[in-house]
Amino acid sequence: MIPLYVAQFGIILAVFGLLLVSAAIMVYSERKVAAIIQQRYGPYLVGPKGMLQPIADVIKLIFKETLRPKGADRALFMLAPLISATAAFTAFAVVPFGAETDLFGLIDHKISLQVADLNVALLVLFAITSVSVYGIVLAGWSSNSKYSLLGALRSASQMISYELSYGLSLASVLVVANSLSLTEVVNAQSGNWFGFIPRWFVFLQPVGFFIFMVAGVAETNRAPFDFPEAEQELVAGYHTEYSSTPFMMFFLAEYINMVTAAAVATDLFLGGWHGPWLPEYLGWMWFLAKIAAILFFYIWMRWTLPRLRYDQLMTFGWKVLLPLAALNLIVTAAGVIYFGN
Amino acid sequence: MGTELLLFYLFGAVALGASLLVVLGRNPMHSVLMLIVSFAALAGLYITLDSPFAAVIQIIIYAGAIMVLFLFVVMLLNAHKEDALVAAGAPMGAKPLYAGAGLAVVLAAELVWALVRAPQGSGGPMSGGASPDAAALESVRGLGQLLFTDYGFAFEVTSILIIVAMVGAVVLAKREL
Repeated sequence: MIPLYVAQFGIILAVFGLLLVSAAIMVYSERKVAAIIQQRYGPYLVGPKGMLQPIADVIKLIFKETLRPKGADRALFMLAPLISATAAFTAFAVVPFGAETDLFGLIDHKISLQVADLNVALLVLFAITSVSVYGIVLAGWSSNSKYSLLGALRSASQMISYELSYGLSLASVLVVANSLSLTEVVNAQSGNWFGFIPRWFVFLQPVGFFIFMVAGVAETNRAPFDFPEAEQELVAGYHTEYSSTPFMMFFLAEYINMVTAAAVATDLFLGGWHGPWLPEYLGWMWFLAKIAAILFFYIWMRWTLPRLRYDQLMTFGWKVLLPLAALNLIVTAAGVIYFGN
Repeated sequence: MGTELLLFYLFGAVALGASLLVVLGRNPMHSVLMLIVSFAALAGLYITLDSPFAAVIQIIIYAGAIMVLFLFVVMLLNAHKEDALVAAGAPMGAKPLYAGAGLAVVLAAELVWALVRAPQGSGGPMSGGASPDAAALESVRGLGQLLFTDYGFAFEVTSILIIVAMVGAVVLAKREL
Protein backbone atom coordinates (compact mmCIF):
# COMPACT_ATOMS: atom_id res chain seq x y z
CA MET A 1 0.00 0.00 0.00
CA ILE A 2 1.38 3.37 -0.92
CA PRO A 3 -0.16 6.61 0.32
CA LEU A 4 -2.53 8.51 -1.94
CA TYR A 5 -0.36 11.56 -2.36
CA VAL A 6 2.55 9.44 -3.57
CA ALA A 7 0.29 7.92 -6.20
CA GLN A 8 -0.93 11.33 -7.31
CA PHE A 9 2.60 12.68 -7.43
CA GLY A 10 3.51 9.66 -9.51
CA ILE A 11 0.71 10.45 -11.94
CA ILE A 12 1.91 14.04 -12.27
CA LEU A 13 5.47 12.90 -12.99
CA ALA A 14 4.22 10.29 -15.43
CA VAL A 15 2.13 12.84 -17.34
CA PHE A 16 5.06 15.24 -17.50
CA GLY A 17 7.48 12.58 -18.68
CA LEU A 18 5.06 11.09 -21.19
CA LEU A 19 4.36 14.51 -22.67
CA LEU A 20 8.10 15.04 -23.18
CA VAL A 21 8.43 11.61 -24.75
CA SER A 22 5.34 12.16 -26.89
CA ALA A 23 6.91 15.31 -28.32
CA ALA A 24 10.00 13.30 -29.31
CA ILE A 25 7.81 10.58 -30.85
CA MET A 26 5.82 13.21 -32.71
CA VAL A 27 8.94 14.80 -34.18
CA TYR A 28 10.16 11.41 -35.37
CA SER A 29 6.81 10.30 -36.77
CA GLU A 30 6.25 13.64 -38.44
CA ARG A 31 9.55 13.31 -40.29
CA LYS A 32 9.00 9.66 -41.15
CA VAL A 33 5.41 10.10 -42.36
CA ALA A 34 6.43 13.17 -44.35
CA ALA A 35 9.21 11.13 -45.92
CA ILE A 36 6.83 8.30 -46.84
CA ILE A 37 4.34 10.74 -48.34
CA GLN A 38 7.10 12.41 -50.35
CA GLN A 39 8.77 9.11 -51.31
CA ARG A 40 11.94 9.72 -49.34
CA TYR A 41 13.66 7.72 -46.59
CA GLY A 42 13.49 10.28 -43.79
CA PRO A 43 15.92 10.09 -40.86
CA TYR A 44 17.69 6.71 -40.86
CA LEU A 45 21.24 7.22 -39.61
CA VAL A 46 20.96 7.83 -35.85
CA GLY A 47 19.95 4.64 -34.06
CA PRO A 48 17.83 1.82 -35.52
CA LYS A 49 15.71 3.26 -38.36
CA GLY A 50 16.78 6.74 -37.24
CA MET A 51 14.76 6.45 -34.05
CA LEU A 52 17.30 8.35 -31.95
CA GLN A 53 17.14 11.35 -34.29
CA PRO A 54 14.95 13.47 -31.94
CA ILE A 55 17.43 12.92 -29.11
CA ALA A 56 20.30 13.96 -31.35
CA ASP A 57 18.30 17.06 -32.30
CA VAL A 58 17.68 17.96 -28.67
CA ILE A 59 21.38 17.60 -27.80
CA LYS A 60 22.30 19.76 -30.77
CA LEU A 61 19.82 22.45 -29.78
CA ILE A 62 20.94 22.53 -26.16
CA PHE A 63 24.58 23.04 -27.09
CA LYS A 64 23.87 25.86 -29.49
CA GLU A 65 24.51 29.42 -28.45
CA THR A 66 21.53 31.42 -27.16
CA LEU A 67 21.41 34.51 -29.31
CA ARG A 68 19.53 37.64 -28.39
CA PRO A 69 18.99 40.32 -31.00
CA LYS A 70 20.18 43.84 -30.35
CA GLY A 71 17.42 45.99 -28.90
CA ALA A 72 15.37 42.98 -27.77
CA ASP A 73 13.53 43.28 -24.49
CA ARG A 74 15.77 41.08 -22.36
CA ALA A 75 13.23 39.87 -19.78
CA LEU A 76 10.31 39.33 -22.14
CA PHE A 77 12.49 37.66 -24.76
CA MET A 78 13.35 34.95 -22.23
CA LEU A 79 9.88 34.86 -20.66
CA ALA A 80 7.97 34.23 -23.91
CA PRO A 81 9.13 30.64 -24.56
CA LEU A 82 8.57 29.84 -20.89
CA ILE A 83 4.94 31.00 -21.15
CA SER A 84 4.41 28.89 -24.26
CA ALA A 85 5.90 25.74 -22.76
CA THR A 86 4.22 26.16 -19.37
CA ALA A 87 0.80 26.70 -20.91
CA ALA A 88 1.28 23.64 -23.11
CA PHE A 89 2.12 21.41 -20.15
CA THR A 90 -0.54 22.90 -17.85
CA ALA A 91 -3.37 22.28 -20.31
CA PHE A 92 -2.90 18.54 -20.06
CA ALA A 93 -3.41 18.66 -16.27
CA VAL A 94 -7.20 18.61 -16.59
CA VAL A 95 -7.33 15.93 -19.30
CA PRO A 96 -8.35 12.49 -17.99
CA PHE A 97 -6.70 9.61 -19.81
CA GLY A 98 -8.04 6.48 -18.13
CA ALA A 99 -10.81 5.03 -16.00
CA GLU A 100 -10.72 5.20 -12.22
CA THR A 101 -8.19 2.71 -10.98
CA ASP A 102 -6.53 1.49 -7.82
CA LEU A 103 -3.27 0.96 -9.74
CA PHE A 104 -3.44 -2.86 -9.52
CA GLY A 105 -4.21 -2.81 -5.79
CA LEU A 106 -1.37 -0.49 -4.82
CA ILE A 107 -3.63 2.06 -3.13
CA ASP A 108 -6.80 1.88 -1.06
CA HIS A 109 -9.04 4.31 -2.90
CA LYS A 110 -9.72 4.47 -6.54
CA ILE A 111 -8.24 7.53 -8.16
CA SER A 112 -8.93 8.87 -11.60
CA LEU A 113 -6.08 8.86 -14.08
CA GLN A 114 -5.58 12.59 -14.47
CA VAL A 115 -3.68 15.29 -12.65
CA ALA A 116 -6.63 17.38 -11.47
CA ASP A 117 -10.30 16.41 -11.69
CA LEU A 118 -11.93 19.83 -11.77
CA ASN A 119 -15.63 20.38 -12.17
CA VAL A 120 -14.92 23.22 -14.60
CA ALA A 121 -12.22 21.35 -16.55
CA LEU A 122 -13.50 22.39 -19.96
CA LEU A 123 -13.36 26.06 -19.06
CA VAL A 124 -9.90 25.71 -17.54
CA LEU A 125 -8.74 24.21 -20.80
CA PHE A 126 -10.22 27.13 -22.69
CA ALA A 127 -8.60 29.61 -20.27
CA ILE A 128 -5.15 28.09 -20.71
CA THR A 129 -5.55 28.12 -24.47
CA SER A 130 -6.42 31.80 -24.37
CA VAL A 131 -3.42 32.59 -22.16
CA SER A 132 -0.99 30.68 -24.38
CA VAL A 133 -1.40 33.39 -27.03
CA TYR A 134 0.85 35.59 -24.90
CA GLY A 135 3.89 33.37 -25.43
CA ILE A 136 3.68 33.95 -29.17
CA VAL A 137 2.74 37.64 -29.04
CA LEU A 138 5.50 38.48 -26.58
CA ALA A 139 8.05 36.48 -28.54
CA GLY A 140 7.19 38.45 -31.64
CA TRP A 141 7.25 41.82 -29.95
CA SER A 142 10.32 41.36 -27.78
CA SER A 143 12.47 40.07 -30.65
CA ASN A 144 12.64 43.58 -32.13
CA SER A 145 12.35 42.17 -35.63
CA LYS A 146 9.67 42.86 -38.21
CA TYR A 147 9.28 39.24 -39.28
CA SER A 148 8.76 38.16 -35.70
CA LEU A 149 6.27 40.93 -35.03
CA LEU A 150 4.25 40.21 -38.17
CA GLY A 151 4.27 36.49 -37.43
CA ALA A 152 3.11 37.12 -33.88
CA LEU A 153 0.31 39.43 -35.01
CA ARG A 154 -0.92 36.91 -37.54
CA SER A 155 -0.73 34.12 -35.03
CA ALA A 156 -2.59 36.06 -32.37
CA SER A 157 -5.38 37.18 -34.69
CA GLN A 158 -5.69 33.65 -36.03
CA MET A 159 -5.85 32.11 -32.56
CA ILE A 160 -8.38 34.68 -31.32
CA SER A 161 -10.56 34.19 -34.40
CA TYR A 162 -10.64 30.41 -34.16
CA GLU A 163 -10.91 30.36 -30.37
CA LEU A 164 -14.55 31.45 -30.70
CA SER A 165 -15.52 28.50 -32.89
CA TYR A 166 -13.43 26.24 -30.65
CA GLY A 167 -15.31 27.46 -27.57
CA LEU A 168 -18.72 27.10 -29.23
CA SER A 169 -18.00 23.52 -30.29
CA LEU A 170 -16.89 22.75 -26.71
CA ALA A 171 -20.13 24.30 -25.48
CA SER A 172 -22.28 22.10 -27.71
CA VAL A 173 -20.57 19.01 -26.27
CA LEU A 174 -21.15 20.11 -22.71
CA VAL A 175 -24.80 20.78 -23.50
CA VAL A 176 -25.12 17.18 -24.70
CA ALA A 177 -23.12 15.75 -21.78
CA ASN A 178 -24.82 18.05 -19.27
CA SER A 179 -21.55 18.59 -17.41
CA LEU A 180 -18.41 20.73 -17.45
CA SER A 181 -16.21 17.98 -16.07
CA LEU A 182 -14.20 16.09 -18.68
CA THR A 183 -14.43 12.86 -16.67
CA GLU A 184 -18.21 13.03 -16.72
CA VAL A 185 -18.21 13.87 -20.42
CA VAL A 186 -16.19 10.73 -21.08
CA ASN A 187 -18.35 8.57 -18.83
CA ALA A 188 -21.45 9.80 -20.63
CA GLN A 189 -20.04 8.08 -23.73
CA SER A 190 -19.76 4.54 -22.34
CA GLY A 191 -21.83 1.71 -23.77
CA ASN A 192 -23.36 1.18 -27.20
CA TRP A 193 -26.42 2.12 -29.20
CA PHE A 194 -28.27 -0.88 -30.62
CA GLY A 195 -25.49 -3.05 -29.25
CA PHE A 196 -22.82 -2.18 -31.79
CA ILE A 197 -22.50 1.59 -32.36
CA PRO A 198 -20.40 3.08 -29.56
CA ARG A 199 -22.09 5.98 -27.80
CA TRP A 200 -19.43 8.46 -28.86
CA PHE A 201 -20.38 12.08 -29.16
CA VAL A 202 -18.91 12.22 -32.64
CA PHE A 203 -22.11 10.54 -33.82
CA LEU A 204 -24.29 13.04 -31.95
CA GLN A 205 -22.12 16.01 -32.82
CA PRO A 206 -20.55 15.41 -36.25
CA VAL A 207 -20.59 19.13 -37.05
CA GLY A 208 -19.13 19.93 -33.64
CA PHE A 209 -16.35 17.41 -34.20
CA PHE A 210 -15.53 18.92 -37.58
CA ILE A 211 -15.43 22.44 -36.13
CA PHE A 212 -13.34 21.29 -33.19
CA MET A 213 -10.78 19.59 -35.42
CA VAL A 214 -10.49 22.52 -37.84
CA ALA A 215 -10.26 25.07 -35.04
CA GLY A 216 -7.79 22.79 -33.24
CA VAL A 217 -5.49 22.82 -36.28
CA ALA A 218 -5.73 26.61 -36.42
CA GLU A 219 -5.12 26.93 -32.67
CA THR A 220 -1.99 24.80 -32.84
CA ASN A 221 -0.76 26.77 -35.87
CA ARG A 222 -0.44 23.69 -38.04
CA ALA A 223 -0.63 23.39 -41.81
CA PRO A 224 -2.74 24.24 -43.74
CA PHE A 225 -3.17 27.09 -41.25
CA ASP A 226 0.50 27.62 -40.37
CA PHE A 227 0.64 31.32 -41.23
CA PRO A 228 2.64 32.36 -38.19
CA GLU A 229 5.59 30.59 -39.78
CA ALA A 230 4.87 31.01 -43.47
CA GLU A 231 8.49 30.85 -44.55
CA GLN A 232 8.07 32.48 -47.95
CA GLU A 233 6.71 35.61 -46.32
CA LEU A 234 7.96 35.71 -42.75
CA VAL A 235 11.18 33.64 -42.60
CA ALA A 236 10.03 31.70 -39.52
CA GLY A 237 7.42 33.95 -37.94
CA TYR A 238 7.43 34.62 -34.24
CA HIS A 239 10.45 32.43 -33.48
CA THR A 240 12.71 33.82 -36.19
CA GLU A 241 15.17 35.27 -33.68
CA TYR A 242 15.19 32.32 -31.30
CA SER A 243 17.89 29.71 -31.08
CA SER A 244 19.05 26.98 -28.73
CA THR A 245 16.92 26.07 -25.69
CA PRO A 246 14.35 28.91 -26.02
CA PHE A 247 13.66 27.77 -29.57
CA MET A 248 13.37 24.20 -28.32
CA MET A 249 10.70 25.33 -25.88
CA PHE A 250 8.55 26.76 -28.67
CA PHE A 251 9.06 23.57 -30.63
CA LEU A 252 8.13 21.48 -27.61
CA ALA A 253 5.08 23.63 -26.88
CA GLU A 254 3.84 23.23 -30.44
CA TYR A 255 4.01 19.45 -30.37
CA ILE A 256 2.58 19.17 -26.85
CA ASN A 257 -0.29 21.43 -27.87
CA MET A 258 -1.01 19.02 -30.70
CA VAL A 259 -1.00 16.06 -28.31
CA THR A 260 -3.30 17.92 -25.92
CA ALA A 261 -5.67 18.92 -28.72
CA ALA A 262 -5.82 15.28 -29.83
CA ALA A 263 -6.37 14.09 -26.25
CA VAL A 264 -9.19 16.58 -25.72
CA ALA A 265 -10.79 15.60 -29.02
CA THR A 266 -10.60 11.97 -27.88
CA ASP A 267 -12.21 12.75 -24.55
CA LEU A 268 -14.92 14.96 -25.98
CA PHE A 269 -15.91 13.16 -29.15
CA LEU A 270 -14.34 9.70 -29.40
CA GLY A 271 -15.35 8.22 -26.07
CA GLY A 272 -12.05 8.71 -24.25
CA TRP A 273 -10.86 5.41 -22.80
CA HIS A 274 -14.05 3.52 -23.67
CA GLY A 275 -13.75 0.86 -26.32
CA PRO A 276 -14.60 -2.75 -27.02
CA TRP A 277 -12.59 -5.88 -26.08
CA LEU A 278 -10.29 -4.36 -23.48
CA PRO A 279 -11.23 -4.37 -19.77
CA GLU A 280 -11.81 -0.98 -18.18
CA TYR A 281 -8.47 -0.79 -16.38
CA LEU A 282 -6.65 -1.10 -19.70
CA GLY A 283 -8.77 1.69 -21.20
CA TRP A 284 -5.76 3.98 -21.47
CA MET A 285 -4.60 1.78 -24.35
CA TRP A 286 -7.69 2.77 -26.30
CA PHE A 287 -7.01 6.34 -25.32
CA LEU A 288 -3.46 6.18 -26.69
CA ALA A 289 -4.63 4.48 -29.87
CA LYS A 290 -7.25 7.16 -30.53
CA ILE A 291 -4.76 9.96 -29.87
CA ALA A 292 -2.30 8.32 -32.24
CA ALA A 293 -4.97 8.12 -34.93
CA ILE A 294 -5.82 11.81 -34.61
CA LEU A 295 -2.17 12.83 -34.58
CA PHE A 296 -1.51 10.75 -37.68
CA PHE A 297 -4.40 12.58 -39.31
CA TYR A 298 -2.80 15.93 -38.38
CA ILE A 299 0.52 14.94 -39.91
CA TRP A 300 -1.15 13.48 -42.97
CA MET A 301 -3.06 16.73 -43.49
CA ARG A 302 0.07 18.84 -43.10
CA TRP A 303 1.92 17.04 -45.85
CA THR A 304 -1.07 16.81 -48.16
CA LEU A 305 -2.79 20.20 -48.14
CA PRO A 306 -1.10 23.40 -49.28
CA ARG A 307 -1.26 26.49 -47.13
CA LEU A 308 -4.31 28.71 -47.61
CA ARG A 309 -4.11 32.43 -48.22
CA TYR A 310 -4.34 34.59 -45.13
CA ASP A 311 -7.56 36.35 -46.14
CA GLN A 312 -9.09 32.96 -46.97
CA LEU A 313 -8.24 31.80 -43.47
CA MET A 314 -9.91 34.80 -41.86
CA THR A 315 -12.95 34.66 -44.14
CA PHE A 316 -13.35 30.97 -43.42
CA GLY A 317 -13.01 31.47 -39.67
CA TRP A 318 -15.43 34.34 -39.31
CA LYS A 319 -17.93 33.76 -42.11
CA VAL A 320 -18.16 29.98 -42.28
CA LEU A 321 -16.89 28.31 -39.14
CA LEU A 322 -18.26 30.72 -36.53
CA PRO A 323 -21.87 30.87 -37.87
CA LEU A 324 -21.77 27.10 -38.31
CA ALA A 325 -20.60 26.64 -34.71
CA ALA A 326 -23.29 29.01 -33.38
CA LEU A 327 -25.97 27.25 -35.42
CA ASN A 328 -24.74 23.87 -34.20
CA LEU A 329 -24.94 25.04 -30.59
CA ILE A 330 -28.51 26.35 -31.04
CA VAL A 331 -29.67 23.18 -32.80
CA THR A 332 -28.00 21.05 -30.13
CA ALA A 333 -29.61 22.99 -27.30
CA ALA A 334 -33.01 22.77 -28.99
CA GLY A 335 -32.50 19.03 -29.50
CA VAL A 336 -31.55 18.50 -25.86
CA ILE A 337 -34.64 20.40 -24.70
CA TYR A 338 -36.93 18.56 -27.14
CA PHE A 339 -35.67 15.00 -26.59
CA GLY A 340 -34.58 15.41 -22.98
CA ASN A 341 -31.13 14.29 -21.93
CA MET B 1 -8.64 28.68 7.89
CA GLY B 2 -4.89 29.12 8.18
CA THR B 3 -4.16 28.20 4.56
CA GLU B 4 -7.11 30.21 3.32
CA LEU B 5 -5.92 33.33 5.08
CA LEU B 6 -2.37 32.75 3.85
CA LEU B 7 -3.61 32.36 0.26
CA PHE B 8 -5.73 35.48 0.62
CA TYR B 9 -2.73 37.53 1.71
CA LEU B 10 -0.54 35.96 -0.98
CA PHE B 11 -2.94 36.65 -3.85
CA GLY B 12 -3.86 40.03 -2.41
CA ALA B 13 -0.21 41.04 -2.17
CA VAL B 14 0.46 39.90 -5.73
CA ALA B 15 -2.60 41.76 -7.01
CA LEU B 16 -1.67 44.95 -5.18
CA GLY B 17 2.02 44.78 -6.09
CA ALA B 18 1.27 44.10 -9.75
CA SER B 19 -1.29 46.92 -9.86
CA LEU B 20 1.26 49.32 -8.39
CA LEU B 21 3.76 48.25 -11.04
CA VAL B 22 1.12 48.90 -13.73
CA VAL B 23 0.90 52.52 -12.62
CA LEU B 24 4.54 53.10 -11.76
CA GLY B 25 6.18 51.20 -14.62
CA ARG B 26 7.87 53.23 -17.37
CA ASN B 27 7.46 50.68 -20.14
CA PRO B 28 3.80 50.43 -21.29
CA MET B 29 4.36 46.86 -22.43
CA HIS B 30 5.45 45.84 -18.95
CA SER B 31 2.46 47.68 -17.50
CA VAL B 32 0.09 45.62 -19.63
CA LEU B 33 1.77 42.40 -18.52
CA MET B 34 1.60 43.43 -14.88
CA LEU B 35 -2.12 44.07 -15.33
CA ILE B 36 -2.45 40.48 -16.54
CA VAL B 37 -0.59 39.28 -13.44
CA SER B 38 -2.97 41.32 -11.31
CA PHE B 39 -5.98 39.73 -13.03
CA ALA B 40 -4.53 36.28 -12.48
CA ALA B 41 -4.11 37.04 -8.76
CA LEU B 42 -7.75 38.17 -8.65
CA ALA B 43 -8.73 34.84 -10.21
CA GLY B 44 -6.81 33.17 -7.37
CA LEU B 45 -8.83 35.19 -4.87
CA TYR B 46 -12.05 33.99 -6.53
CA ILE B 47 -10.89 30.40 -6.09
CA THR B 48 -10.33 30.96 -2.38
CA LEU B 49 -13.91 32.33 -2.32
CA ASP B 50 -15.13 28.94 -3.62
CA SER B 51 -16.20 30.16 -7.02
CA PRO B 52 -13.93 28.48 -9.57
CA PHE B 53 -16.32 29.43 -12.36
CA ALA B 54 -15.81 33.15 -11.74
CA ALA B 55 -12.06 32.56 -11.54
CA VAL B 56 -11.89 30.76 -14.89
CA ILE B 57 -14.14 33.33 -16.55
CA GLN B 58 -11.88 36.05 -15.17
CA ILE B 59 -8.90 34.41 -16.88
CA ILE B 60 -10.73 33.74 -20.16
CA ILE B 61 -12.33 37.15 -20.56
CA TYR B 62 -9.91 39.57 -18.92
CA ALA B 63 -6.50 37.92 -19.04
CA GLY B 64 -7.16 36.02 -22.26
CA ALA B 65 -9.27 38.24 -24.47
CA ILE B 66 -9.30 41.86 -23.34
CA MET B 67 -5.62 42.08 -22.44
CA VAL B 68 -4.61 40.64 -25.81
CA LEU B 69 -6.33 43.64 -27.38
CA PHE B 70 -4.50 45.97 -24.97
CA LEU B 71 -1.27 44.30 -25.97
CA PHE B 72 -2.06 44.78 -29.65
CA VAL B 73 -2.74 48.46 -29.16
CA VAL B 74 0.47 49.02 -27.21
CA MET B 75 2.50 47.00 -29.70
CA LEU B 76 1.12 48.69 -32.79
CA LEU B 77 1.11 52.24 -31.46
CA ASN B 78 4.76 51.76 -30.65
CA ALA B 79 4.34 53.55 -27.34
CA HIS B 80 8.08 53.52 -26.76
CA LYS B 81 8.49 57.07 -28.06
CA GLU B 82 6.03 58.53 -25.62
CA ASP B 83 7.77 56.59 -22.89
CA ALA B 84 11.08 58.20 -23.79
CA LEU B 85 9.48 61.65 -23.59
CA VAL B 86 8.25 61.01 -20.06
CA ALA B 87 11.65 59.67 -19.06
CA ALA B 88 13.30 62.81 -20.41
CA GLY B 89 11.15 64.87 -18.06
CA ALA B 90 8.75 66.32 -20.60
CA PRO B 91 6.13 68.49 -18.89
CA MET B 92 2.99 66.47 -18.29
CA GLY B 93 0.67 69.34 -17.41
CA ALA B 94 -1.49 69.69 -14.35
CA LYS B 95 -4.82 68.72 -15.91
CA PRO B 96 -4.28 64.94 -16.05
CA LEU B 97 -3.09 65.05 -12.45
CA TYR B 98 -6.26 66.80 -11.28
CA ALA B 99 -8.44 64.39 -13.24
CA GLY B 100 -6.60 61.42 -11.76
CA ALA B 101 -6.88 62.77 -8.23
CA GLY B 102 -10.60 63.37 -8.72
CA LEU B 103 -11.14 59.81 -9.95
CA ALA B 104 -9.13 58.46 -7.01
CA VAL B 105 -11.37 60.33 -4.56
CA VAL B 106 -14.49 58.96 -6.28
CA LEU B 107 -13.09 55.43 -6.12
CA ALA B 108 -12.22 55.75 -2.44
CA ALA B 109 -15.71 57.08 -1.67
CA GLU B 110 -17.29 54.18 -3.56
CA LEU B 111 -15.18 51.66 -1.66
CA VAL B 112 -16.07 53.16 1.71
CA TRP B 113 -19.74 53.23 0.74
CA ALA B 114 -19.68 49.59 -0.37
CA LEU B 115 -17.89 48.42 2.77
CA VAL B 116 -20.19 50.34 5.11
CA ARG B 117 -23.26 49.04 3.31
CA ALA B 118 -22.11 45.41 3.52
CA PRO B 119 -23.88 43.48 6.27
CA GLN B 120 -21.61 42.76 9.18
CA GLY B 121 -21.07 39.30 10.60
CA SER B 122 -20.53 35.92 8.99
CA GLY B 123 -18.82 35.64 5.68
CA GLY B 124 -18.36 39.19 4.43
CA PRO B 125 -20.23 41.16 1.80
CA MET B 126 -20.97 38.32 -0.63
CA SER B 127 -23.07 36.15 1.66
CA GLY B 128 -25.58 38.55 3.12
CA GLY B 129 -28.74 40.48 2.48
CA ALA B 130 -30.47 40.48 -0.86
CA SER B 131 -27.56 38.90 -2.75
CA PRO B 132 -28.30 35.40 -4.11
CA ASP B 133 -27.25 32.51 -1.95
CA ALA B 134 -23.72 31.20 -2.28
CA ALA B 135 -24.78 27.72 -3.36
CA ALA B 136 -26.44 29.11 -6.48
CA LEU B 137 -23.34 31.12 -7.34
CA GLU B 138 -21.10 28.08 -7.02
CA SER B 139 -22.68 25.97 -9.71
CA VAL B 140 -22.66 27.06 -13.31
CA ARG B 141 -26.27 25.95 -13.64
CA GLY B 142 -27.41 28.17 -10.78
CA LEU B 143 -25.46 31.07 -12.18
CA GLY B 144 -27.02 30.66 -15.60
CA GLN B 145 -30.49 30.39 -14.09
CA LEU B 146 -29.98 33.62 -12.13
CA LEU B 147 -28.44 35.41 -15.10
CA PHE B 148 -31.34 34.67 -17.44
CA THR B 149 -34.17 35.14 -14.95
CA ASP B 150 -33.52 37.55 -12.06
CA TYR B 151 -30.81 39.51 -13.85
CA GLY B 152 -32.17 39.10 -17.38
CA PHE B 153 -32.70 42.82 -17.88
CA ALA B 154 -29.19 43.75 -16.73
CA PHE B 155 -27.80 41.01 -18.98
CA GLU B 156 -29.57 42.31 -22.07
CA VAL B 157 -28.66 45.92 -21.32
CA THR B 158 -25.01 44.92 -20.97
CA SER B 159 -25.06 43.12 -24.31
CA ILE B 160 -26.57 46.19 -25.99
CA LEU B 161 -23.81 48.28 -24.41
CA ILE B 162 -21.17 45.99 -25.87
CA ILE B 163 -22.79 46.13 -29.32
CA VAL B 164 -22.79 49.93 -29.13
CA ALA B 165 -19.08 49.84 -28.32
CA MET B 166 -18.44 47.51 -31.25
CA VAL B 167 -20.37 49.68 -33.70
CA GLY B 168 -18.49 52.70 -32.37
CA ALA B 169 -15.16 50.98 -32.94
CA VAL B 170 -16.09 50.07 -36.51
CA VAL B 171 -17.25 53.62 -37.24
CA LEU B 172 -14.05 55.07 -35.81
CA ALA B 173 -11.84 52.63 -37.69
CA LYS B 174 -13.58 53.04 -41.05
CA ARG B 175 -14.38 56.71 -41.46
CA GLU B 176 -15.88 56.23 -44.92
CA LEU B 177 -18.15 53.19 -44.98
